Amino acid sequence: MSASEVIPASDKPQETFVLNVGPQHPATHGVLRLKMTMDGEYVARAEPVCGYIHRMHEKMGENRTWAQFLPNTGRIDYLAAMAYNHAYVAAVERAAKIEVPPRAEYIRVITSELNRISSHLVWFGAFLLDLGGFTPLLYAFDDREKILDLLEAITGSRLTYCYYRFGGVCNDIDADFIRGVREFVAGMRPRLKMYHTLVTENVILRRRLVGIGYIGREMCRKYGATGPVIRGAGVAYDVRKVEPYSVYRDLNFDIPAFPEGDCMARYRVRMEEIEQSLRIIEQGLDKLPDGPVMGGNVPRVLKPPAGDCCFAVEAARGRFLVRIISDNKEIPYRVRLRTPCFCNLSLFEEASAGMMLPDALALLGSLDLVIPDIDR
Amino acid sequence: MDFPEPIRLLAFLLGMMAFVAVNAAYLVWAERKGAGRFQRRPGPTEVGWAGLLQPVADGIKLISKQVIVPPGADPILFRVAPLLVMAPAMMTLAVIPFSETLVGRDINVGLVFVFAFGAINVMAIMMGGWASRNKYAIISAARVVSQDVAYEIPMLLVVITLLMVTGTMNLNEIVQQQAGWFWHWNLFRLDVNPLMPVTFIIFFICMLAETNRAPFDMAEAESELVAGAFTEYAGMGFGVFFMAEYANIVVGCSLATVLFLGGWQSPFGVGSGVIWFLLKMYALVFTVIWVRWTFPRTQFYSLLNLSWKILIPISMVTLVLTCILLKLT
Amino acid sequence: MRPKVSIKEIVRGLHSLVAGMRITLGQFFKPTVTVHYPHESLKMAPRFRGHIELVRDEKTGKPLCFACKLCEKACPSDCITVEGVKLEGEKRKSVSEYKLDFTKCSLCGSCVEACKSNAIRFSKDYNLATTSKEELIMDLFKRLEADQAKTGQPDTKDTREAGK
Ligand code: SF4
Ligand code: SF4
Repeated sequence: MSASEVIPASDKPQETFVLNVGPQHPATHGVLRLKMTMDGEYVARAEPVCGYIHRMHEKMGENRTWAQFLPNTGRIDYLAAMAYNHAYVAAVERAAKIEVPPRAEYIRVITSELNRISSHLVWFGAFLLDLGGFTPLLYAFDDREKILDLLEAITGSRLTYCYYRFGGVCNDIDADFIRGVREFVAGMRPRLKMYHTLVTENVILRRRLVGIGYIGREMCRKYGATGPVIRGAGVAYDVRKVEPYSVYRDLNFDIPAFPEGDCMARYRVRMEEIEQSLRIIEQGLDKLPDGPVMGGNVPRVLKPPAGDCCFAVEAARGRFLVRIISDNKEIPYRVRLRTPCFCNLSLFEEASAGMMLPDALALLGSLDLVIPDIDR
Repeated sequence: MDFPEPIRLLAFLLGMMAFVAVNAAYLVWAERKGAGRFQRRPGPTEVGWAGLLQPVADGIKLISKQVIVPPGADPILFRVAPLLVMAPAMMTLAVIPFSETLVGRDINVGLVFVFAFGAINVMAIMMGGWASRNKYAIISAARVVSQDVAYEIPMLLVVITLLMVTGTMNLNEIVQQQAGWFWHWNLFRLDVNPLMPVTFIIFFICMLAETNRAPFDMAEAESELVAGAFTEYAGMGFGVFFMAEYANIVVGCSLATVLFLGGWQSPFGVGSGVIWFLLKMYALVFTVIWVRWTFPRTQFYSLLNLSWKILIPISMVTLVLTCILLKLT
Repeated sequence: MRPKVSIKEIVRGLHSLVAGMRITLGQFFKPTVTVHYPHESLKMAPRFRGHIELVRDEKTGKPLCFACKLCEKACPSDCITVEGVKLEGEKRKSVSEYKLDFTKCSLCGSCVEACKSNAIRFSKDYNLATTSKEELIMDLFKRLEADQAKTGQPDTKDTREAGK
């Protein structure tokens, strides 16, 4: 295009203009596109455009055996793969009536909570990066690295663990792992204190988060937002409490909820959740029973009886639900995945209207989106 | 050493250019090393010993890249902007006294000269942003202007306060007045203005804002505006902007050293010289880097609020206070 | 409207800034936590799941795999193709070609679990960058043979601790 072809600016100034944030933009952490209609620096309308990384996980589920779909679930939200594996495995166990030994259940809870902490640490770093603070990201990754090392030692992988099996977990944990986790828990508490002094108390951060990006209960209800987003609106909704699964019923933990509904509330919910997860892990290690880690009644060729079965877990970003429909074949008839990020994103358009661009991006960061989780 | 004035000035300008270029290049290195240390990693290590040749390698890379002028951009302004952002830094350093004799041009209105040229920097960024014909760049350009207007005022108020204390605009004389032990530095002249340290902090904050440094890097704001006014610049166009940022930090820190920290005066009254000037200046530069790697970015309106609601009132107070105290004594 | 700023608030704000700077300065003087990858590398965890490789029989030095194709069936990504031949005088088939299409592998480990005779294991090799896609489609059987040719003798010990 040569300079002469450029349309000259019209005499009448346009009221708004369209700003394309993404699919490649530092603030969208992946290939999310926001079509922002801007009025100066104010967002008149922000329309999320997703689908750039759609991988047809649900359709893939209809084309492979029950066991073969398991690795897929870890790739939906790659930052919290354990919880996703858990939901799918538990759904199939419920459908096929497979029993899980208690030791395996405890291991599942411990590893899921470790994974939740690592996921929140990534969010913490990335969120601060959105707000222009670079250093906390690397501190958070330093801590996360310890979790990944621990999980790698038992699962063999650092991100897409694929550790749970129908009827248990594939490897038992050893004394090294237990010692490592205890060390990590002991070391994480002072680090959290450090984060609070460095970040939470910081006046610049408070100015950017307090009172910014209000998401109320009503909006959460309307769009089905879950996880830290709804807890940041003051609703203590957590699948681990309202529909306790695995051994969460035997463990003692609180659900942090802050009624302010602003970015700061969501921030504090997640930071508080790290503390709670540490508590859960400690209790899990204390109560860890001996015994096998795989159930005895797992059929070699899995054909769950025909029927419809759901299982929901509290993943790091909210309620993740797997619904499976079986027609008593080796291959699922339908696997439906209800992912939290899709619902959490859908309220963005309403919540961001009228905000300034940097605030809108802070709001986007506080939703903690993982783009593959939106597109599946 | 009696050189004819034009030759002396020329030699000094050449020296100044070299100083600015080396500083800009190596402050990038220092910033990366420093950022690394703050984040518990080593920073550049591969090119040369401790990565010391990294700036050279980066320079070669940037120079060998094509300078792309986006279609629809204003080709002249687009090319002039990087030069215009670098030039004032070199000009202002010509009046900064590095030591008693090591000063390019000892002029009576040195302070005015510095501020006059300092303002060009912002205009150049705005030019670059405007000429790029990119929405992010234009948002950034608009931000830069309002930010600069907001921060020029408290900065000048602070400087006027100081001028009343010193009674001269000649930078060399200002330094000479601060001779002796460190409590003679303007920073500690509590007798004429008990709020002098506050004044210094205001000056420092304004300097951060004027040089577009974090936490006030509204112009670049990479997580919002990609790279702000520099989004469309490739190769050395970007490189010059990048270096100018560091050159301006050097200017700002030099000025702070001269005005508040006694310039080349030794803190113990003996052994004054250029070494003290450099020590103080680089300590300030380190603080600038340190601040950047500690804080998140401010939001744009709280940036303006900070200036209009906090900094300007406080600097007014110090101004009035100094007036009264000077009249009384 | 924002509340009016008070002196107390300003002081508290400044204090929070100083506290933050103190923390980063403290970190400044602590040793670094990184590993300089091309110069140093980490030892992989014993259970590290790399790409798969064939395992030899300790005694005969032949691959343990007898081409039962269980792994082929278990693989969710269809990346394994096993061919076997029936050699004279042996009861079972033995592997003649074991093709792994690593471009498709999701490193899930189903194949290793499916194999009843422990004929495959995870390698510890993680330097897998190549300039062409074809290099990632490897014949594990040929690899094993080539290994043997290189060392001159059947190498039965576990090389996986090498970490490179
Ligand atoms: S690791 Fe998984 S994807 Fe890779 S070859 Fe084995 S079964 Fe297939
Ligand atoms: S590797 Fe194991 S499962 Fe695969 S064909 Fe060989 S023996 Fe069978």
